[in-house]
Order: sequence, then structure tokens, then C-alpha cells
Amino acid sequence: MIATSTRPLLQVNHLCVDYLTDRGPVRAVDRVSLEVNKGEFLGIVGESGCGKSTLLFAIARLLSAPAEISSGEVWFTGHDMVSMDEDELRHLRWRDYSVVMQSAMNALNPVMTIAEQLADAVGAHQSMPPSQLRARSRELMRLVGIDPEHLHSYPHQLSGGMRQRAMIAMALALTPDLVIMDEPTSALDVVAQRSLMLKIKQLQREFGFATIFVTHDMSLVSHFSDRLAVMYAGQVVEIGPTRDVFADPKHPYTVGLMRSFPSISGPRQPLAGIAGSPPDLGHPPSGCRFHPRCPQVFERCAKEEPAFYTREQDLVRCFLFDR
Amino acid sequence: MTVADLPLRPREDARELLRTVNLTKHFRLGGFLSSRYLHGVDGINLSIHEDEIVALVGESGSGKSTIARLIAGVYKPTSGDILHRGKSVKGLRSRRDVLEYRGRLPMVFQDPYGSLSPVYQVSHGIMRALKLHRPDLSRRGREDEAERLLDAVGLVPARDFLGKYPYQLSGGQRQRIGFAQALACRPELILADEPVSMLDVSVRIGVLNLMASLRRRERISFLYITHDIASARYVADRLVVMYAGHVAESGPVEDVLAHPKHPYTQLLLSAVPDPRAPISLPEKTEVQEPPRVINPGEGCRFRARCPYAIEECSRVTPLLRLLRPEHEAACHVATSDLDGRREVAKSAHT
Repeated sequence: MIATSTRPLLQVNHLCVDYLTDRGPVRAVDRVSLEVNKGEFLGIVGESGCGKSTLLFAIARLLSAPAEISSGEVWFTGHDMVSMDEDELRHLRWRDYSVVMQSAMNALNPVMTIAEQLADAVGAHQSMPPSQLRARSRELMRLVGIDPEHLHSYPHQLSGGMRQRAMIAMALALTPDLVIMDEPTSALDVVAQRSLMLKIKQLQREFGFATIFVTHDMSLVSHFSDRLAVMYAGQVVEIGPTRDVFADPKHPYTVGLMRSFPSISGPRQPLAGIAGSPPDLGHPPSGCRFHPRCPQVFERCAKEEPAFYTREQDLVRCFLFDR
Repeated sequence: MTVADLPLRPREDARELLRTVNLTKHFRLGGFLSSRYLHGVDGINLSIHEDEIVALVGESGSGKSTIARLIAGVYKPTSGDILHRGKSVKGLRSRRDVLEYRGRLPMVFQDPYGSLSPVYQVSHGIMRALKLHRPDLSRRGREDEAERLLDAVGLVPARDFLGKYPYQLSGGQRQRIGFAQALACRPELILADEPVSMLDVSVRIGVLNLMASLRRRERISFLYITHDIASARYVADRLVVMYAGHVAESGPVEDVLAHPKHPYTQLLLSAVPDPRAPISLPEKTEVQEPPRVINPGEGCRFRARCPYAIEECSRVTPLLRLLRPEHEAACHVATSDLDGRREVAKSAHT
């Protein structure tokens, strides 16, 4: 139960998550390994259905049937998360790690004010006199840039951006070491999105918590994450320092993603995107899972599954780098 | 897509297809006797020419979709008019005229999972549109045409796709079916309301390319509604920026992006994440939100968020004024002193 400073805050080893369906298990997360250090911002990008949200839920132990962790390990500050029961998890949640969901409208309780919900979360872990709790709540609201007056508002009275900020205020209430975020900005428009990202980064600098940030929009995390993991069909296909991945994407899928979004600057160029669509995880392709869509496919790709190969500071799951 | 499919300037002789004249839509809030009105859109003057792709961009709630629905005839305007090839749509009385108009301007919707009925084959929607809008075609003719349409939207082999159910298709394929249904009416202008925002990043560009190629090959104009300026730049010729029910700025895409005149356009551009840009993290975070426009008074609706607001902004609603060739903006500050101060303004946001 001791977290030493040399070990990463979170270590995920060969984690597999299966959805148990009538037609047999569907593996949504396949042997994912990654680590998050103290204060680090890890971005995870991928398309819908690539398993990125399932991975987050598995790490936070929030999976519910029919999904279950079938193998692998999750170590968080010296705790073995996979074998913990609900009672033990309850002590860690909110205090040591917290989760910000995609849709704040669904995550917040519609019949309680923001103040009541904050008090609920804080009160479950710490006994605090009401006056101190009020002061703390006001402080949290100011931190995320909401007028403390809104503590007495119900979720429906807040705009989408404010709701997400309120969620983040709750997530930070007990100063956790890790904040897990599942597309917190996807329901917001660009201006609100940008402002929320800047806020998250600023809070992170101030409090030093680590973040895992899942998104389908690669460009969103380009300026914010320290490291970036790209997921495809349940697997991590490339992971490395964000700047390296953007400057020199290696996996053909990452290259394809980079060529999929137009830019507002530079010359107007025709873009091609990636042909085809992501595979059905019930019947994943043989060999490399990306090979049916890959422009650089060769014979070996359909037969064998690539391991991770190291290039500079990146890990890439592609035979092109097996040299 | 080839380079030739990229946006080109519309032909000089391209005729005007559609024009809105002071188009206004207010929604009454609360009960029948309530006097609180939400101003969806106010006094919109918009024109779309043949062979032209016009992008309508703005935040959620800015009135983009309301405009599309007004044009499609889903909503009745509170005031103002819509001219289709110079003729007011108010003159459309008979079922035949209305059907004809709606066939010329079909909509493609945001959610490809909600807009196709799950119990019918793909052919159903297309065949229905053909039956309704192309009475000249025989049964055989309709089948051939349906295949041609699927071909045109890139679903090949077309014959296989006609018999499929929506659940068998990916999001991108469903959205292509949406375009095929729109094409079945022989449209002049497709009202595309956020057609790619629910699609995966890797297939979005395919649908944008489809729009570009339909414009080129089938000579169809588009009103492309989006909140993604980068995609608007990719396909559109002209950009119309909406804020709180007003047009803030409009002009040729490249000109608006290179010389944004309205402070809101500048804010919007500074918020677009661009991985190709060098890393810069401004400390300032904008926390203001767009207003809900309920019984608004006079004045610029952006003034509360505007870093350059002057006294005049709270008294007088700015009108669109031409600031550069074909490029207009509704801003007192931008019009009062044209170029000098704007450049300062631009750098303050980036």
C-alpha cells in the first residue's frame, strides 16, 4: 500500500475487457498497457467503438455488465484496482481519483442544486462543518470560473459549459491525484471547448493532478497533452510524446487520422481520410487489425499480429517499424 | 477527389438561386398569453447562387438550423420572405407547387442514426422520394435511378446497398444514404445541417468530398451548416458567421479567415484547435457564454463578450456593411476605423 515516487501513479498491464454477448465475448479492450506519471496529461484518441471509453471505465472500475475485465492489471498508487471490492474502491473514488463524464447533464442529479451535490461528494469522505463546506464550495466554483452564486442553481439552469465546469469542480473537490475525463468537451462548441481546455490545464498546473483525457478529436489535445496514445479496434497502436506523434506520426492509422481533418491555415489541400470503416470487434481482422484499411499493407500484416516496436520515444504497433 | 473538385469561385454568370429578405423567426416562450419571445433569427439577408457552397457557421443556439428550417418550410417565418429564383415562397399554394419547392431544396440531417427508419430497407426512402418527386419515371426507371444515385454518393456496388437495412451500415454510409434521398428529388440546393458532426473523424472528410463532387458533377448548391470552421473552409466558397440570431460577418471563405473583421469571428478563429500551429497557451480564458436572445433591445448582441465594445454598441444594433470586396461585417468598431485598429485586435486574440 505504499506509493513510491519512482513508480508511475497508474500502471495498466495487458488489460483486456470483454463484453459478454449472446454470441460469445467481444473483446473491446485488448491487451492495453500504459502508465501515467504524477501530474502527467495523457491523451487517448480514437474513433467511436475503438474501446477508449471502455478502457477508462475499466481503469476507474466503473464497468457494469455485460462488460468485465477478463485479464490484466491496473495498479494505482500501489493499489491493485482489479481485485478491489466496492467497499475498498469507495475510499479511493473522489479522494484519490475522480471521473468527469462526457455528458454532465446525465451525470448531475437534476433535482439537487450544485451545492447539495458538492456537499454530498465531499461529505462522503470528510466530515466538515457546514460553514467550512460552504467556503470550500465557493472556492471550488471560483477555481473553475463559475460565479459562486450558481451553487444554488439546478443543473438545467446552467449552460453546457458551466455544467462541465461544475463537474470538474466536483472532481477536484478532494484534490485527487488522478482525474479521468471522458470527452468532457464534446458537447460544447469551439469557444467553450477551448476555454474549458485552458481551464483544465491551468488547474492541473496549480494542483499537480494527473489526467487521462479521452477524445475522438486529435487536434483538441494537440496543445494540451504530454503524451498521446492512439487506439484502434481495442488496441493501442501508437503511444509517445504528443509533439512527436503530431510532428512525425508513424502508424499508418495515425498518419491517416492526421490527414483527416482540414486546417484553417495553410494551403487548401484535397484530403482523403481513411478508406473503409472500423472493424466489427466481434470478428476482428486477422493479423494487424488495421490491415484491411491500410494503404501500406503487405503480406505479413494479414498473417501475424505486430508487436510494439520502438522508434525514438514512440511505441508503434506496425511491421513497418520491425527493423 | 481530385484537385479540380476543390472549391472554385462560382461562375460570374451564376444566377441567384435563393435569397432571404429580412428573414425573422421568433419563438414564443411559455404559454399562449406569454409575451416573452426567443429571437431565433433576426433580419437575415442571405443569398445562395447556382453551383455555390455557402457555409453557415456559429455556436449552438446561434440560429443556424433555424435558417435551414425556415428555408425548407418546416417553420413559418415571423416576418420577412424567402425568394426562390426571384419568386416569393409565400405564393406557393397548391400541393404541387409546395412539393416542387421542397424537392428543389431538400434537407440532410445531422444524425444519420435517427434520420433513417430502422424498419425499412435503404431503397425505401429513395424510392418514395422518386415516386413523389419524379412521377415521370416508370417502376423500372425508378430502380435504375436509385442505383445511379447510390453510385453518385459513392455506395458501390449500388445493387447490394439497396437491399440493406440501416443497422447494416456505418455512420458514414448512412449519411450517404441521406444525400442519395436528397438527390432523388432532383435538388438545386441541399440544406445540409451539420451532416458530418456525428461521424468519425476518419470518414468525415469522405462526406465533405462527396459534397464537393456533387456540386461539381450534379451542379448542386449547398447550404452547409456547421460549427467547424476548418471543414467550412475545406468545401465552401462563402462563409456566413452567425451570432445570437444575427449575421456577424460574411464573405469569401479565404478572405474572412485571412481578414476577420468582426470580433466574434476573431474569437471563433482563435478557438479552433490547430495542431499545425505552434504551441501557444494564452493564460486568458474566455468564460462568457452566448446570450439567449429573449426580447432583446437595441444594441450589438456580442457587446458583453467583446473586448472592443464602445458606448455606441449598447445603443445601436450594427448593420452589415461592406468592408472589403464582397466581405461585410456588422460591427461599429470595425466600420469606424477600417484597418489600423483591426490588426491590433487580431493579434490580441491569438
